[in-house]
Amino acid sequence: MIRYTFERLCYMVVTFFVIVTLTFLSMQLLPGTPYRNAAKMTKEQIAVLNETYGLNQPVPIQFVKYITNMFHGNLGYSFQYDGRSVTQILSEKFPISIELGIEAIIIGVVIGLLLGIIAGIKRNTIWDYTSMIIAVLGISIPSFIFAALLQYWFAVKYQIFPVAYWDGPINRILPAFSLSTIVIATVGRFMRTEMVEVLQSDYITTAEAKGLTTMQVIFKHSIRNALIPVITILGPLFVNIITGSLVIEKIFAIPGIGEQFVTSIYTNDYPMIMGTTIIYSSMFIFIVFIVDVLYGVIDPRIRLAGGK
Amino acid sequence: MTVEKILELKNLQVSFETFGGEVQAVRGVDLTLHKGETLAIVGESGSGKSVTSKAIMGLIESPPGRIKNGEILFEGNNLLKYSKHQIQKVRGKDISMIFQDPMTALNPTMKIGSQIMEGLIKHQEISKHDARKRAIELLALVGIPNPDKRVDEFPHQFSGGMRQRVVIAIALACNPKILIADEPTTALDVTIQAQILDLMRDIQEKMGTSIILITHDLGVVANLAQRVAVMYGGKIIETGTLDEIFYKPKHPYTWGLLSSMPKLHAKTDKLLAIPGTPPDLRKPPKGCPFAPRCPYAMDVCIDHMPQYTASSGSQKTACWLLDERAPKVDPPSTIGVGGEA
Ligand SMILES: Nc1ncnc2c1ncn2[C@@H]1O[C@H](COP(=O)(O)OP(=O)(O)OP(=O)(O)O)[C@@H](O)[C@H]1O
Ligand code: SF4
Ligand SMILES: [Mg+2]
Repeated sequence: MIRYTFERLCYMVVTFFVIVTLTFLSMQLLPGTPYRNAAKMTKEQIAVLNETYGLNQPVPIQFVKYITNMFHGNLGYSFQYDGRSVTQILSEKFPISIELGIEAIIIGVVIGLLLGIIAGIKRNTIWDYTSMIIAVLGISIPSFIFAALLQYWFAVKYQIFPVAYWDGPINRILPAFSLSTIVIATVGRFMRTEMVEVLQSDYITTAEAKGLTTMQVIFKHSIRNALIPVITILGPLFVNIITGSLVIEKIFAIPGIGEQFVTSIYTNDYPMIMGTTIIYSSMFIFIVFIVDVLYGVIDPRIRLAGGK
Repeated sequence: MTVEKILELKNLQVSFETFGGEVQAVRGVDLTLHKGETLAIVGESGSGKSVTSKAIMGLIESPPGRIKNGEILFEGNNLLKYSKHQIQKVRGKDISMIFQDPMTALNPTMKIGSQIMEGLIKHQEISKHDARKRAIELLALVGIPNPDKRVDEFPHQFSGGMRQRVVIAIALACNPKILIADEPTTALDVTIQAQILDLMRDIQEKMGTSIILITHDLGVVANLAQRVAVMYGGKIIETGTLDEIFYKPKHPYTWGLLSSMPKLHAKTDKLLAIPGTPPDLRKPPKGCPFAPRCPYAMDVCIDHMPQYTASSGSQKTACWLLDERAPKVDPPSTIGVGGEA
C-alpha cells in the first residue's frame, strides 16, 4: 500500500508540472494584450508596463521566474485588479467554490447511491424504472437549465429559497442541488449496473446459502463490492462539477472562482488565468490521487499487491 | 432399508418463466437421502441437477423460477411451507452447499475468516472471539496450513484448490446435517480434485454428514457415493446403489453414460458419447425424454412416460424395456467399468 501510494504521488507531481508548463506556453499564444487601452498607448508606455510586469523578458526566463515564485506562494499580480496579488484573490474566492463543489458532490453521491442501490435491488420494478428515469433526465439536461428552473420555481414563484448570493446556509441549497444533478444521475446509473452485477455473482449465492438475511447480504456483501468501480467515476465527476460551477456561479451570483475565471479570460489577465488553472489542475490531480488511494483502501487486491 | 430418511423429495416440479416460454427444468423428482450416506446425482448438462439442489436450499430466484408442485421433507417437515425467515434458519445450519467454482464463490473484499464466521455468529449465537477460534479450527480441519495466519487473508491470496477448501469450511461451519456439493471438483486440476474428494470422504467419516453429490463425472461417483440417481430431462430415470448402477444398470441412458466413461483398461481411447441432444424443456416430451436418442425406443416410448419398475429393494428404473411385454434387450458390452470400483 505504501509503495502504491508513493507511485500515485509521483504520477501526481509529474502531471502537475506538465500542466503548468503547457498552460504557461499557451498563455504566450493568446492573442491580444492585457492592457485595456493598448490602442491609445504609445510604444514607450507599453514598454514601461511590460517592464513592470516582466513581460519583456525571454519566455524561458519568465517561466523559471514564475515557477520559483510559485513555490513561494506567489502567483504574480492581477492585471485587471490594479496589481492585487493573484494568491490573495484566489484565496478569497477559492473556498467558496470548493464549498459549493463539495456540497454538490455530497448531495449527488448520497442521492445517487441511494437511487442506484434501490434500483439494483428492486430490478425491473416501478422503483427501478422511476430511479432510472430520474437518472436519464439528470444526464441529458444541462445543470444550468435545472438551475434556472429551480431558481424560478423555488426562489421567484414560491420564494422558499433566496434567488442568489452567498450569505447563509440557505443560499447553498439551490446552486448545490443544480450542480449535483449530473452526479446523482451518473452515480445512480453506475451503481445500479454494479449492484445488478454483484447481486448475480456466485459469492452472493454463497452468502445466501449461509442463511444470512437479505439485509445482511445487501449490506455486508453487495454494497461494498458494488462501490469499488463507482469510486473511479468520482474523479471525472469532479471535473463536471468544476466546469458546471463556472455557469452556476454566474446564475446565482456566487463570488467564487468560476465566475472570476470567465472574467479573467475576457480581459487577458494572464496571471489570474495561470493562477486559476494551476489551482483547478492541482485540485483535479489531487482528487484523482485521493480516488486512486481510496480504491486501494477499499479493494484488498490492490491494497496488498503493492504492499508486500 | 431401515436407515432413517433425513431428506425426501416428493414429486418436485420447478419451472422458469422465460421469454421463450416456461422452461420445465425439474419435472416430478422423487428422491430420498438417508442419514450419513452420500447420494450422487449424475446426468448431462441441463438435466436439472443444480435446479433440484437450489430448490432444496430455497435458493430458486422467483421470478423467474417457481416451484410448481411437490414436497421437500427435511426430517419430516416440508421446507416449501417454510417462511423466508424460517428457511434462512435452516440454510447454512442444517443444510449447506458447496459450489462449483471456488474462484467466484468467495467475496473478494472480505477476509476469509469473516466469511466463515458469519454463519457461526448467525446460527450459533457465539461471540466474535469464539467464532474466530472456530474458524481457525475449521481451516485446519479442511487442511489449510497456518490457519491462524490465513484466517486474516483475502480470497485472492489462495489458490483454486485452497479456495475450495475455504468454501467447504464455510459450508461445514455449523456442522450441517446435509451437505449439497454441486460439482465441487469440476473447476479444479485433476490432482487437486482427488485431494478435495479425499477431504470430503474424510469429513463424512468424522462428522457423519449426509451428502448429495452432483457431478457428471462417474469416476467421482465411484469414489464417493453409496447410492446414485441418474437424471435426464428433468426427471430421475434410474436410481440404485453404486453397485447396481455400475454393474446392473437397466436404463439405456445409464448404459450410454457408462459407455462414455473413460476406461482404465480400454482398448481404444475413444469415448462413446451418446449421440443427439437432450430434450428442449420448454416443450417437454410426453413420453420418455430419452426416446429421440434411444437405440431401443419403441412406439409406446414416444407417447407414454414409463413408470418406475423396481428390480430390487433399492433399484428403480423408468423404462418401457422393463415392462413384461417388451422384448428382452441385453446391455451393450461397452458399459463395463474400467479398473476396480
Ligand atoms: N434462472 C433460470 N432461468 C431459466 N432457465 C433456467 C434457469 N436456471 C436453470 N434453467 C434451466 O433449467 C434447466 C436445468 O438446469 P440445471 O442448471 O439444473 O442443469 P444441470 O443439470 O445442473 O446442468 P450442469 O451440469 O450444466 O450444471 C436448464 O435447461 C436451464 O436452462
Ligand atoms: S422408455 Fe423407451 S425410449 Fe425411454 S429409455 Fe426405455 S426404451 Fe428407450
Ligand atoms: Mg449445474
